[in-house]
Amino acid sequence: MFANLMAWFDERLPITDAWNKHVGQYPAPKNFNFWYFFGSLAMLVLVNQIVTGIWLTMNYEPSGDGAFASIEYIMRDVDYGWLLRYMHSTGASAFFIVVYLHMYRGLMYGSYQKPRELLWIFGMLIYLVLMAEAFMGYLLPWGNMSFWGAQVIISLFGAIPVIGDDLTTWIRGDYVISGATLNRFFALHVIALPLVLVVLVFLHILALHEVGSNNPEGTSIKKKKGSVPEEEKSKFKFHKAYTDKYDIVDAIPFHPYYSVKDIMGVVGFLILFCWVMFFAPEGGGYFLEAPNFTPANGLKTPEHIVPVWYFGPFYTILRVIPDKLLGMVGMFAAIGMLFALPWFDRGTVKSFKFRSKWHLVNLVQFTICFIVLGILGTMPASDLANLIGRIATLGYFGFFISLWFYSKNEQTKPVPERVSK
Amino acid sequence: MSNAPVDNGRRRFLTAATSVVGGVGVVGAAVPFIASWNPSAKAKAAGAPVEVNISKIATGQLIRAEYRGKPIYIVRRGKDIIDGLSGHDDLLRDPASQEAQQPEYAANPHRSINPEYLVAEGVCTHLGCAPTYQKGDFAEQVEGVDYGFFCPCHGSKFDMAGRVFAGVPAPLNLVVPEHSFPSEGTLLIGVGQGES
Repeated sequence: MFANLMAWFDERLPITDAWNKHVGQYPAPKNFNFWYFFGSLAMLVLVNQIVTGIWLTMNYEPSGDGAFASIEYIMRDVDYGWLLRYMHSTGASAFFIVVYLHMYRGLMYGSYQKPRELLWIFGMLIYLVLMAEAFMGYLLPWGNMSFWGAQVIISLFGAIPVIGDDLTTWIRGDYVISGATLNRFFALHVIALPLVLVVLVFLHILALHEVGSNNPEGTSIKKKKGSVPEEEKSKFKFHKAYTDKYDIVDAIPFHPYYSVKDIMGVVGFLILFCWVMFFAPEGGGYFLEAPNFTPANGLKTPEHIVPVWYFGPFYTILRVIPDKLLGMVGMFAAIGMLFALPWFDRGTVKSFKFRSKWHLVNLVQFTICFIVLGILGTMPASDLANLIGRIATLGYFGFFISLWFYSKNEQTKPVPERVSK
Repeated sequence: MSNAPVDNGRRRFLTAATSVVGGVGVVGAAVPFIASWNPSAKAKAAGAPVEVNISKIATGQLIRAEYRGKPIYIVRRGKDIIDGLSGHDDLLRDPASQEAQQPEYAANPHRSINPEYLVAEGVCTHLGCAPTYQKGDFAEQVEGVDYGFFCPCHGSKFDMAGRVFAGVPAPLNLVVPEHSFPSEGTLLIGVGQGES
């Protein structure tokens, strides 16, 4: 009965084939570790954001007069409204945590290198859209930090010569941040950007399955067709899209092996997520900032305007450059560097495990600089903070520049042919 | 239907012509979507000029008015403040107001129509915070200058003509809005001197 039904569908839509190609018979390297949890976790959080977001719009009022009050209404009067909102607000920070870890995994294991450049670009586009999504979402509660955060970021565009002032008025739809700005951000936040995000995630996964997953050793599990003796090939059945072109070694099917592993990751993640959501939903003032519990007020600036933590590194780069226009250029260049990473790295060895000492040092200093920039971004400015911020900014950009130089003729260790036992 | 041989030149021309016309159509269709982001007629009306009664401001006092949602600082400067304005030109980024941050009639050392009244947007030119008026105790920011504005966000400093001090994040002097004094004791923000 069920088999007949599936056959009926398969003649009209390749359901079974697509399942096998992308899930049931997708060859994944057998040596994935802890760092490989974060892709599936990012998808989980995306679903969480979409579902809770839809439910929040049912009671949220996107207007300058009603937004702040409607959030209070959701928190106090709507059954489980507080839970839906905290799932969404905690989810926003969780999204960036898992995405940063996911990107860092790619950085460590060289997952951006040839042939995965486009996969990396799609990932970076997702990251960029995610930042826009988070920035616009943060305006919606119409708290005072929402207002002034948006004021600071939108006024950045005023630094562009000639068109700057008109451009900021155009973005705001008013001479100041107002209900008009709120409404358009709402439209972009709930429909335009999520659509883009979902399409990009789809393309990201499609591109991943085309080139195949990297792994902690950076070895390839796809060998030239006919080059591997039968007894050394992976014993599992993989989709013909892969086995027709290659001999697959050291691989296991994504389902059930990694689907089960990922569920393990989900359990661990949800324990942490729920702990924050139920016991510390404000995230110590980092997930929901204190001034946002008072309504937006254009005549009263919060004592320190600091962005939400996930914008910290780029905000610090903006702030420590003493020129307004150059600061903005620096901030966007910092993101641009990440986009161009596959071309800054001229090496062919992927994983840091088999690369030079230099690379390890560079990776460590980059990690430290990024974290320092992030911490400084959530603190008020001072002379000392500016000095440290400038050094960390140099370290950030230095990572990419020096990588370009030493990766050409790098002293690397031999990469094993096969995933080590 | 004739079976004439394919004329590739003609085919290329038609494809290109269709693409160009279609492209023009896309650009035209984009106009309403882009233009709808401009301030609406209602928002423009709400940006109308504001009248402020300044007859009751004490010397050295700052009052705030709101114009287009921005705070406007109005300070009645005493003689000591006016005289002090010329004493620290070497510490300023743009002492002569050469950047177009004010209407032409206010591009003078006191950056106003009437030296007694400073009218400026209370919006820091760095990232839009509201600077704090430090009345008498500004010397803790700049030695020897008793009055000024200090931005608590990123530490920018301005003097009593809204001129920015050098070495702070703010790049420009505070904006002086269009303003005029239609009668004794009345300030009109949004309409410049000589306009009606």
